[in-house]
Amino acid sequence: MEKLLRNNTFSGWLMATPLTIVLIIFLVLPIIMIVVVSFWQATEFSIIPAFDLENYEFLFGSPVTYKVFLNTFKYAAITWFFTLTIGFTVAYFLAFHVRSLTWQIALFLLCTIPFWTSNIIRMISWIPFLGRNGIANSALISWGVIDEPLEWLLFSDFAVILAFVHLYTLFMVVPIFNTMMRIDRSLIEAARDAGATGVQILWNVIIPLTKPGIMIGTIFVVTLVMGDFITVRFMSGSQSANVGRLISNDIALLAYPSAAATAVVLLLTVLIVIGVLLRFVDIRKEL
Amino acid sequence: MSSVNRRALLKGGAAAVAGSTLGAPMIWAQNIKDVTLRQFGTGVSNLNEVAQKVKEDLGFTLEMTALDSDSVTQRAATQPNSFDIADIEYWICKKVWPTGNLQAMDTSKIKNYDKIVGIFRNGKLTPDSEIAQGTAPHTVGFTSGPDGTDFVQEESGWMTLIPTIYNADTLGIRPDLIGRPINNWSELLNPEFKGKASILDISSIGIMDMAMVVESMGEYTYPDKGNMTREEIDMTIGIFTEAKQNGQFRAFWKSFDESVNLMASGEVVIQSMWSPAITAVKSRGIPCVYQPLEEGYRSWGGGIGLSAALTGLERDAAYEYINWYLDGWVGGFLMRQGYYSAVPETSKNYMSENEWGYWFEGKEATDTITSPFGDPLAQAGEVRDGGSFQERMGSVACWNAVMDENQYMVRKWNEFIAS
Repeated sequence: MEKLLRNNTFSGWLMATPLTIVLIIFLVLPIIMIVVVSFWQATEFSIIPAFDLENYEFLFGSPVTYKVFLNTFKYAAITWFFTLTIGFTVAYFLAFHVRSLTWQIALFLLCTIPFWTSNIIRMISWIPFLGRNGIANSALISWGVIDEPLEWLLFSDFAVILAFVHLYTLFMVVPIFNTMMRIDRSLIEAARDAGATGVQILWNVIIPLTKPGIMIGTIFVVTLVMGDFITVRFMSGSQSANVGRLISNDIALLAYPSAAATAVVLLLTVLIVIGVLLRFVDIRKEL
Repeated sequence: MSSVNRRALLKGGAAAVAGSTLGAPMIWAQNIKDVTLRQFGTGVSNLNEVAQKVKEDLGFTLEMTALDSDSVTQRAATQPNSFDIADIEYWICKKVWPTGNLQAMDTSKIKNYDKIVGIFRNGKLTPDSEIAQGTAPHTVGFTSGPDGTDFVQEESGWMTLIPTIYNADTLGIRPDLIGRPINNWSELLNPEFKGKASILDISSIGIMDMAMVVESMGEYTYPDKGNMTREEIDMTIGIFTEAKQNGQFRAFWKSFDESVNLMASGEVVIQSMWSPAITAVKSRGIPCVYQPLEEGYRSWGGGIGLSAALTGLERDAAYEYINWYLDGWVGGFLMRQGYYSAVPETSKNYMSENEWGYWFEGKEATDTITSPFGDPLAQAGEVRDGGSFQERMGSVACWNAVMDENQYMVRKWNEFIAS
């Protein structure tokens, strides 16, 4: 026994076992189940085990599916762009402009305050703000900027993306800030001594070195947005759809197999997206 | 607990105990206090006040869970052991009954059975009224026997659901923001209300509202709105998809609160709505009318069903609860919110003459009408939108329904929402 424990490979396997078991039970098995169910058939109140491609045929045969997937990508791309821009700026400010560690920590905690309330509350609080007679419209009207209330502020793609950016920017800030804090300051000094301008330092030194942080933030934001359904439902007034809503509608109507098929396709899509992202940066090497 | 006692009580009860709420707990002694019945259903009648009153009058505990229509259907169909009493709508019953998750109820144990309005028994409000399209409650209200999973069209003595609550629905409008009379369902798609209309995102009800609109526009007359063909579904949803793409709708709503907020905030001025939602908007001091329309109402009805797993003392308690439900207190409570009770005459005892006149007879209010929660809903001299019970329930054009092509419709509905 002692010999066995001293054997590195064996104890390595042993240490990995608990996590492996947890992952198999709570991650791998459910996913296998979803894949299996996606080939089943359903009537209104019963689910029939079968091997049937009908769910996938319907999914790929309907133009709505493509539209909805396209919409999902659109939300993900636009949200990614804004969260990255804002998140990078905030992290840059915190990491390089705020000099004292105390202030850095204080300001960083300030960023997390919104997270003390629930996601849904933060999202829903936009609704009275953006409404036809909401604060935004009445303020703009009283300032004389507009005469008629802006209809597109609420229940539109604008509202959906606004909520996404609001909800998920912190997921960009945290990993980027983290990697920025670990950049060796002497590299920046060296660049400056070598005559680089601020922009050149940003582009050639800081951005390449924060890539892993950007990539982790990107993975967070992209997966969160692609898997979301409740934000889209509330902020678009149920008028827009993404893949998550397709799945939730199916579940509400007891069409579990069809929901499972959509979920499988979504899972594959997200995995492909992440696979492509990881091609750009080798996170394991850089961390 | 011997069932002899209970039977004796029930038989003698009708005459002897006028209020009837007194008798039961005495007979049940201590046993019944340990009984807990789990009821679930849509928000309309799952009210905590009812559970409290049950505890007071009958002594046992009623646990209430309120869910949306889809979840209710799902739970009744797939988790029969998660409830004792299902408070569901008749169209949901049509879906759920064949699964065998509910048990038939013996009408001879229902004290007020003979007083239940005709709509739930032979389908006719008055002997010469015409039966509306859709899933009319009486068509799914009876089954062939204690173990039946079918529906029969005559009063067989075995009920699937005991009717409890129903109403006639129409469009809700904001008269102050519209400023002219609205008389037809077609107004929902009137370009005048572009960006200010809404429809509910519950497919089985939404499709009926759509059908009312399409007929009213003169586009098509359905042989049966409650059972459309694929072509009819395509055509109906096509018209609405076009309207959606032209920006007719501000939003779709799925829950009661959403519909109230859309209307109260002025985001929407005309939409499908449920009557308590109107009440909720009004009680905020915002004018809102449940507009009667020429084409008639889209009606719905709900009832209580018993889980197939319910036996023994619990089942006796459930029957006791049903009898209590039809005995008037709940009826009065619901009618003062604008719903109707399945046995209106017993509810009369629990309403003031003014309330009965306003809500049921369509008379002018002689004094302020308040909701059971104390909010003023109407002032003296006002009349209920749509008039009396006979007028409102007499002009029902269709009932909420489940179609043979339901799954196709649902897919099309999903596309409509996603398009």
